[in-house]
Amino acid sequence: MKELLNKLHLDGMLLLGIIALCSLSLVILYSAGGQQTDILIKQSIRLLSGLVVMLAIAQLPPQLFRIWTPWIYMIGLALLVGVIFYGEQAKGAQRWLDIFGLFRFQPSEIMKLALPLMLARFFSEYELPPAWPRLLLAAVLIGLPFVLIILQPDLGTSLLIAASGFFVIFLAGIRWKVLISLLLTGISCLPMAWYFLLHEYQKLRVITLLDPESDPLNAGWHTIQAKIAIGSGGTYGKGWLNGTQSQLEFLPERHTDFIFAVIGEEFGFVGLVILLAVYLFITGRGLYIAVHGQDSFEKMLVGSLCLTFFTYVFVNIGMVSGILPVVGLPLPLISYGGTSIITLLAGFGMIMSVQTHKKLFQHEGF
Amino acid sequence: MPAVVRIKDYRSESRLFYMRVIQAIIFVIILLVILVGRFVYLQIINHDVYAALSKENRVKLVAIPPTRGLIFDRNGILLAESQPSYSLEIISERVINMDKTLEDIANLIDVSDIDIARFFKLKKRRSSFQGIPLRLKMTNAEVAKIAVNQHHMLGVDIVVRLIRHYPQKQHAAHVLGYVGHISEQELDQLDKSDYRGTSHIGKSGIERHYEATLHGRVGMQQVEINARGRVLRKLESVTAQPGNNLYLTIDSKLQHVAEQALGEESGAVVAIAPQTGEVLVFASKPGYDPNLFVDGIDYKTYKAYNESGSRPLYNRALHGRYPPGSTIKPFVALAGLETGIVEHDHSVSCPGYYSLPGDNYRYRCWKERGHGTVNMHKSIVESCDVFYYQLARALKINHLHDYMVLFGFGEKTGVDLLDTRNEPSGLFPSRGWKRQTLGETWYPGETLITGIGQGFILSTPLQLASATATLANHGVRIRPRLVRQIEDMRTGEKIRTPIQRFNVVPKIEEEHWEQVIQAMRDVVHSPTGTARRLNRDIPYSIAGKTGTAQVIGIGQDETYDETKIAKKYRDHALFVAFAPVENPQIAVAVIVENGGSGSSSAAPVAGEVIKAWLVPKIESGELVLGPEISSASPP
Repeated sequence: MKELLNKLHLDGMLLLGIIALCSLSLVILYSAGGQQTDILIKQSIRLLSGLVVMLAIAQLPPQLFRIWTPWIYMIGLALLVGVIFYGEQAKGAQRWLDIFGLFRFQPSEIMKLALPLMLARFFSEYELPPAWPRLLLAAVLIGLPFVLIILQPDLGTSLLIAASGFFVIFLAGIRWKVLISLLLTGISCLPMAWYFLLHEYQKLRVITLLDPESDPLNAGWHTIQAKIAIGSGGTYGKGWLNGTQSQLEFLPERHTDFIFAVIGEEFGFVGLVILLAVYLFITGRGLYIAVHGQDSFEKMLVGSLCLTFFTYVFVNIGMVSGILPVVGLPLPLISYGGTSIITLLAGFGMIMSVQTHKKLFQHEGF
Repeated sequence: MPAVVRIKDYRSESRLFYMRVIQAIIFVIILLVILVGRFVYLQIINHDVYAALSKENRVKLVAIPPTRGLIFDRNGILLAESQPSYSLEIISERVINMDKTLEDIANLIDVSDIDIARFFKLKKRRSSFQGIPLRLKMTNAEVAKIAVNQHHMLGVDIVVRLIRHYPQKQHAAHVLGYVGHISEQELDQLDKSDYRGTSHIGKSGIERHYEATLHGRVGMQQVEINARGRVLRKLESVTAQPGNNLYLTIDSKLQHVAEQALGEESGAVVAIAPQTGEVLVFASKPGYDPNLFVDGIDYKTYKAYNESGSRPLYNRALHGRYPPGSTIKPFVALAGLETGIVEHDHSVSCPGYYSLPGDNYRYRCWKERGHGTVNMHKSIVESCDVFYYQLARALKINHLHDYMVLFGFGEKTGVDLLDTRNEPSGLFPSRGWKRQTLGETWYPGETLITGIGQGFILSTPLQLASATATLANHGVRIRPRLVRQIEDMRTGEKIRTPIQRFNVVPKIEEEHWEQVIQAMRDVVHSPTGTARRLNRDIPYSIAGKTGTAQVIGIGQDETYDETKIAKKYRDHALFVAFAPVENPQIAVAVIVENGGSGSSSAAPVAGEVIKAWLVPKIESGELVLGPEISSASPP
């Protein structure tokens, strides 16, 4: 078994965690989606294609990512610029790019991987922790995609992409003092963005995001119903297919962004803690792989991908359970649909590649 | 790379990274503890509260779809509306005996096999408590029959919804476009919350381009339901905001005149008000009935539409690309005057053909016997080809290209009917274009035929109308637009869409505009003009130019005989015009496919449109004609 996994360049433990989440996704979706089989089939196809992408990327040695990185980053930027001029209108924002009418995708998905790659490569070229000039350049590398995605406008994604960049800076080992002053600078830039970058309707979106009660029948409604669903689940839950909140359609977006509330209702506290444990297991295993990376590029890349993954988990669960404002973000590997499944699994492919392409004289656990 | 390579301290870097990961893990664990704490609070401490709330939860959120905005012509004639449509739906969990119920219904009203098949297909996909449509678009009589018998048919419901209706059917169908069911792909790109409860979306034309304006905003209604899901009481709600109404620039009456004038021919008419860029007529024939698309067109009709040789779904006015033929000559003449290559009274001789030096090939004039001595004025009035062969050769292709582009040839018009990216730009060839796309060099002969609007050059009827309007404006090019006013449904305010200027054709002397326009006037008003038949019984003056675009090449020794050629190989007839000459109110471009010569089939269409627009204005005193300019036909 171990040999087979090694040959396939897969990490057994990560794979175990990922498969567990994918299976759970199908089980919950069957319940949340009104017991429709075509939702299950579609999700299975998405998960499978994601796993194939993961497998394919895991075959490539990390050195290749390193070489390709500047190109991936530049292509990502070019596509983001392209989206502003040629993007398709969707949800009142231009996020999609149509390539010769063949397929459509969101270039911001590429950036989710391209930015950590770029920063990891950029910092690994020089000694760590990085000095001030490097940090300023890094700020530009983060700032470009950040601004371009804000312009789409997609505030949520741009903040998460900035976070993935921030994690690389954090892992690169800059001193806390510098880190905190960087954060403060970033925060002090927000009012400028408010006045110069955001459109009127974007500001409105931010206001509802900060104050859900101002929109009681939309975002506020979501939060209230999600809290009832989770709370009424109790310790052991109402049982699979028995959640009244979800089955009777009180809970909106129950198979997409708010699927976590369905888990809380049907599997209770125990179910939620087990789910968190699986997420912790995956994040932990990823960070273990990061620590044992062969060079600082691999370490920073894997570390940032893992922390970003956990950020997605935290932001979604925090939003559903009512401690964070409502932003449209899926629960990683569980929510129905979304191009994010492919991107996430592609990221795990890179992590597995780092773990399984070690030079022979180095041993795991060294 | 730095000049001095510093050796990296791998061990300290590793240790630093290790410390950072440990710190990160501490963070992760803190955040997880917060989450678990939240679960304890919700699920254990407050479990009783939420359990009670969930048991008593009888309040559901239902979307109220907004009503779609209406579309009117410029005078308020209704072109697109939303009409109530009754459909029969069955909620399967309430039905006791499905077969018997279906039989009962079939005894009362017509139910086709297609209806039954669709019903069972949908039944598999939807939950048992959801209504599944069996019959759509019931007549009032059918609704009555069901309503009377409904009490002994459990689970049978009559549902009203609004569906889009185009009362004028084929009229202006290509401008309006149509709505249809939201496809999966469109659903991916929509703001789903804003389309909750909406089943249709604009698929083409104005319906699609102005989707965001017409759609409105979804409303929300909290309703109290009983355990079976039946609505008991309506609670708090946010009303839906209806979509905005559109008033087009199109004049429905004038559009009718154009559609009638084209008759059974395939072709297009575009008329623009030169000073504002408002498109008054945008007709493409043959047309189609957009109502057929609203609930999904049946395969047979669609196939018939698609396989018909005359392609009724094709918007010729927008997408049709035709060689402009001689209609381009006034523009070429302007380029000639401006560059000083021809003087107003400079003459050449037309023996009926032109040959390049050192080449025997004869580029023919349409008039076999030749026009004799021809100056610029006569070259337009009688449409002499030889004059333009020589002029084009002297101008050279790149110069010609640079001038024509200013009038919008080979350029998008930016009309508000589709995403500008998808608008066809037509084609005005240049050396660079040919090298890039065909990988060939430019031949001198190609310059000659470009000068008479043949060869590679292609333009759309909309472009021709826009170029003619630009000429009527003495070079001010205005973006043509189809929506005149948007009625904001919240404030009731009608907001005018702005006039957008493109550019002004630079530095053309006033004298030259006058000379060319005078010649175009004499195309209609002088006894030798190619469109002289138009000048009967009109109190105003028209400036025009005929054109004929070849569909097939004619050999060196053959002659073109319309009567002997199959209709589909006959020439396309073109005509561009504006009127009144002193104070242009309307610029028209007409194309009649395989119509033969421009003077016989295209010019009369333009004449009728102009007459229908100007005569009522003159009679009502809205338009006062300037002093009549005497015909200055040359000897």
